[in-house]
Amino acid sequence: MHLDRPFLKLEQVDKSFDRGGVTSVVLKGIDLSVDKGEFISIIGHSGCGKSTMMNLIAGLTRVTSGVVLLENKEVNAPGPDRAVVFQNHSLLPWLTVYENVRIGVDKVFSRTKSRSQRHDWTLHKLDLVQMSHAKDKRPSEISGGMKQRVGIARALAMEPKVLLMDEPFGALDALTRAHLQDSIMAIHAQLRNTAIMITHDVDEAVLLSDRIVMMTNGPEAHIGEILTVPLARPRRRLELVADPQYIRCRKAVLKFLYERRRFVEAAA
Amino acid sequence: MTLALSNTEALRGAAKVSQSEAKAIPGVKAIPAADWLATLRAGLLKAAKQVATVLLPPIVVLALALLLWQIATSHQGASLPSPTKIWAEASDLIASPFFNNGPQDIGLGWRVLVSLERVAYGFGLAAVFGVLLGAIVGQSQWAMRGLDPIFQVLRTVPPLAWLPLSLAAFRDANPSAIFVIFITAIWPIIINTAVGIRNIPQDYRNVAAVLRLNQLEFFWRIMIPSAAPYIFTGLRIGVGLSWLAIVAAEMLTGGVGIGFFIWDAWNSSRLSDIIVALTYIGLVGFMLDRVIAFVAKLATRGTQAA
Repeated sequence: MHLDRPFLKLEQVDKSFDRGGVTSVVLKGIDLSVDKGEFISIIGHSGCGKSTMMNLIAGLTRVTSGVVLLENKEVNAPGPDRAVVFQNHSLLPWLTVYENVRIGVDKVFSRTKSRSQRHDWTLHKLDLVQMSHAKDKRPSEISGGMKQRVGIARALAMEPKVLLMDEPFGALDALTRAHLQDSIMAIHAQLRNTAIMITHDVDEAVLLSDRIVMMTNGPEAHIGEILTVPLARPRRRLELVADPQYIRCRKAVLKFLYERRRFVEAAA
Repeated sequence: MTLALSNTEALRGAAKVSQSEAKAIPGVKAIPAADWLATLRAGLLKAAKQVATVLLPPIVVLALALLLWQIATSHQGASLPSPTKIWAEASDLIASPFFNNGPQDIGLGWRVLVSLERVAYGFGLAAVFGVLLGAIVGQSQWAMRGLDPIFQVLRTVPPLAWLPLSLAAFRDANPSAIFVIFITAIWPIIINTAVGIRNIPQDYRNVAAVLRLNQLEFFWRIMIPSAAPYIFTGLRIGVGLSWLAIVAAEMLTGGVGIGFFIWDAWNSSRLSDIIVALTYIGLVGFMLDRVIAFVAKLATRGTQAA
């Protein structure tokens, strides 16, 4: 599907917050175009407005000025076409794993799928993240990595146009994180869904992304650089370690983050 | 002798069976019959010990209290009856709660049931309206600013102060008593529900927003389960207050309830009956509290965020 305009577009987006009469500008002049099927990472130091940017795309907060367009339609409210994988999984603890996914399926496909189709769909998405074995467990009974898997299944089950992930693996240990990154890559290869991921992990960004959006430090954060990662897929983390392209990309991101940091420290 | 022998044989046989059964399950060691009996005995002993540690202290304290009471009130001209005197005068009330000898001569069990029925109506209404109002106050800033000060003032009004007004409004004793229960129990339910709803994590609200849950779905699927621990705290306080208020209300409105029974007993100087009735009220109030706590435990299972 090729449109004149890109699939998802942020045009001159500003975001400021008013707190106690003091206005603080978090994002200033954000321009970003994302193609269908692209995997984008947004990376930056903490407090640079990465999460704010995600909330703007999700529609959870409104832009102060500028516009967010998805398939040429303005985004001004949250919705299942921009499903979010939250940083701390945000599963509803009183529902089972199955019910947590099913609640979204029921909402999105209430008219288009029959009850048994919705059931199969739910199980299929749990299969996709390898969680169908725990479908009757409650979130308190499964590990952090498993919870995040269910969070991903819940988001995927809504068949979003854009999958938004807000530091999805931030709270996980390194091994679980690597495992989930592989899962995400496999799912992306299979579904070819458009995905935007917030991260502060350089390796994760290079491994998963088609393009890496590097944010300058706030206040008035903006996009500093966009790096295209020219690595072929499927990517295998062990082979990539020695890949010159991988090393070059990694170095570019690190350099950006490190030099901006130093710049800020020098200015402070 | 033969009988005894066959018994031992049967026992041995049983031991053999249990051994072979035990062998069928891998990893389970076969236990000879004598050991098995010993473990059973040890288990029983342990259970008995646990029961004793729970029940023994209150029994001892109760016995001591009764003894002191007996000593304090057994002299001539004591103003309050002693335990033995109560038993002599009111044993029928204690022993058979459900006798029925005509309109005003019925067992305390019946009277408690009548009072409980009023509490059920009043508290039930308070629970429904309390949760709804609490949800509104918790959800809307404007409703909170408007209603909270009024609630904070009204909740300090003692239950019985409402009685004259409700008698004037309803012109009947029974609905007035129910109204007093309602107005007493509703405040803690409203306030706790509102706090519970204000404490719903932003994450859950975001999830609901992404799913585009409508108001009704949000209420049933997010608000109620998320605020359930708070709501049940409110309900538990509310049921306790209801039970406090019903006795006072019935003293004034008359009828069949346990409150009126106490007032009636005071008017005819049956102090022993009053003490028995007090015990009933205490035990029933305790049970009400436990019932709500039990329901809360069932209902909030798994709602603790991990």
